[in-house]
Amino acid sequence: MATKQTRALARTMMAPAVVVLFIWMIVPLVMTLWFSFQNYNLINPMMTGFAGWANYTYVIGDPSFTQALVNTLILVGGVLLITIVGGTFLALLLDQPIWGQGILRIIVISPFFVMPPVAALIWKNGFMHPGYGMLGHLWKFFGLQPVDWFNQYPLFSVIVIVAWQWLPFATLILLTALQSLSEEQREAAEMDGANAVNRFRYIILPHMARAITIVILIQTIFLLGIFAEIRVTTGGGPGYASTNIAFLVFRTGILSNDIGAGSAGGVVAVIIANVVAIFLMRAVGKNLDA
Amino acid sequence: MARRVPVQTRIGFTILAWAIALLLFSPILWTLVTAFKTEAEAIASPPTFLPQTWTLDNFGAVQDRSDYVKHATNSIIVSVGSTLLGLLIAIPAAWSMAFAPSKRTKDILMWMLSTKMMPAVGVLIPIYLIFRDLRLLDTVHGLTLIMTLINLPIIIWMLYTYFKEIPVDILEAARMDGAELWNEIRHVLVPMAVPGIASTLLLNVILAWNEAFWTITLTSGRAGTLTAFISSFSSPQGLFLAKLSAASLLAIAPILLLGWFSQKQLVRGLTFGAVK
Repeated sequence: MATKQTRALARTMMAPAVVVLFIWMIVPLVMTLWFSFQNYNLINPMMTGFAGWANYTYVIGDPSFTQALVNTLILVGGVLLITIVGGTFLALLLDQPIWGQGILRIIVISPFFVMPPVAALIWKNGFMHPGYGMLGHLWKFFGLQPVDWFNQYPLFSVIVIVAWQWLPFATLILLTALQSLSEEQREAAEMDGANAVNRFRYIILPHMARAITIVILIQTIFLLGIFAEIRVTTGGGPGYASTNIAFLVFRTGILSNDIGAGSAGGVVAVIIANVVAIFLMRAVGKNLDA
Repeated sequence: MARRVPVQTRIGFTILAWAIALLLFSPILWTLVTAFKTEAEAIASPPTFLPQTWTLDNFGAVQDRSDYVKHATNSIIVSVGSTLLGLLIAIPAAWSMAFAPSKRTKDILMWMLSTKMMPAVGVLIPIYLIFRDLRLLDTVHGLTLIMTLINLPIIIWMLYTYFKEIPVDILEAARMDGAELWNEIRHVLVPMAVPGIASTLLLNVILAWNEAFWTITLTSGRAGTLTAFISSFSSPQGLFLAKLSAASLLAIAPILLLGWFSQKQLVRGLTFGAVK
């Protein structure tokens, strides 16, 4: 069916999308790369010229960079762990014969639609505030000293907020996968005397593998760039305790006006994301090739 | 769901599921009731659950302080505008990839998705400087442009998976029968493509509405969307809990309703049809 004309037409129809995305990818990337080798500070016009690797040694040598890198990994890993384990559990529960399943699905998915700054502010002021947050009241009710979450456990607090936003997504995707498992297969296993644990391990889990891969891919894309949650809660602090790579680059480049160092940080962020991407795309590429 | 289970088991599962669901929902529920309390009641200890005196004052105060209507208008323009612009570019591309695939189609699709892996911070500084020089900083069309670009790969992927499910035979029949082509398009192809386009549109409006990184870094007063509007409440004034709750509620309510309405499509859309 693909005649010469249709092929030519197809190429023409694809051109705008390909060109636009290519420009979007290449222009800023080349500029970031260029700036990263320059002395360039927006408030100090005297700083100009080729910087060599100075920006990179400055950024990578800075202890805050190591901490931001570790924080990024803990943040992504922690949220993935909570949402996948919690999401699997919730999906299994919602798949049981229960009353009001339809309404429950809608309630459970709701946090996903809450914009990140709102999610962060609700948790910060309504829940985790030691003075008048819900958790503070709860602690006081049991005669305990309320916890100042964002000062004592800043990274953990951010993880809780982000996990709350992504748990619904994981649950919904995993539940959809679970519901496509054929009833016969399940019953057959039950007849053969497989207990619940074995049924989960040998039938349900392999069936959900593809959905879990997708959840990991989509979430990692978004979790590497977590920004608003940190900005409106801890501001990256105390110190650099809750600064991730995204926030560090923002801080260096935009808040401190150091374009050179910020760009070097940006290049490093792109490299990290691409290392992650190569692994993920391989896994997903295989899975999507249906 | 035709499994037979004892009623007790069913009751047990129902209670457990509802308890967990309400626990997850409680931050939203709490925001909802706090928005109608007076400031004094909002921070009272021990807390009240339902407001003792219902008040709408908080909503008025939010509008006075930060002009909610202007920010909401910006959010609508940016999310709807970027989605329409994205569809305009994506529909022909996804259509041709689905119906005239070449050996490289899969690679191109993978490459497009990979642009989504590029962290925003990696390109923030050049975009910031380009926008500054082109005077696009803090403008609605600048933001719309960025939003189109960041969501374009997802729009193309979603449309591609929907279009691929339209049987090729129908398309070929339409082609053979030259005179009837327009009728075929109108009566067969469009009705089959429209549901996919509609749910792509819905989901991208949701994604653009909630996008926070670019709206916070590229806008301030004039073109700020609701994500930028609500972020301004993180300053000390934001500690007025009732007003903050009212502002939060106003920011999330429209998209929450839209999300509930489209949650079935969400699964298909966001997983590119890979999970059924």
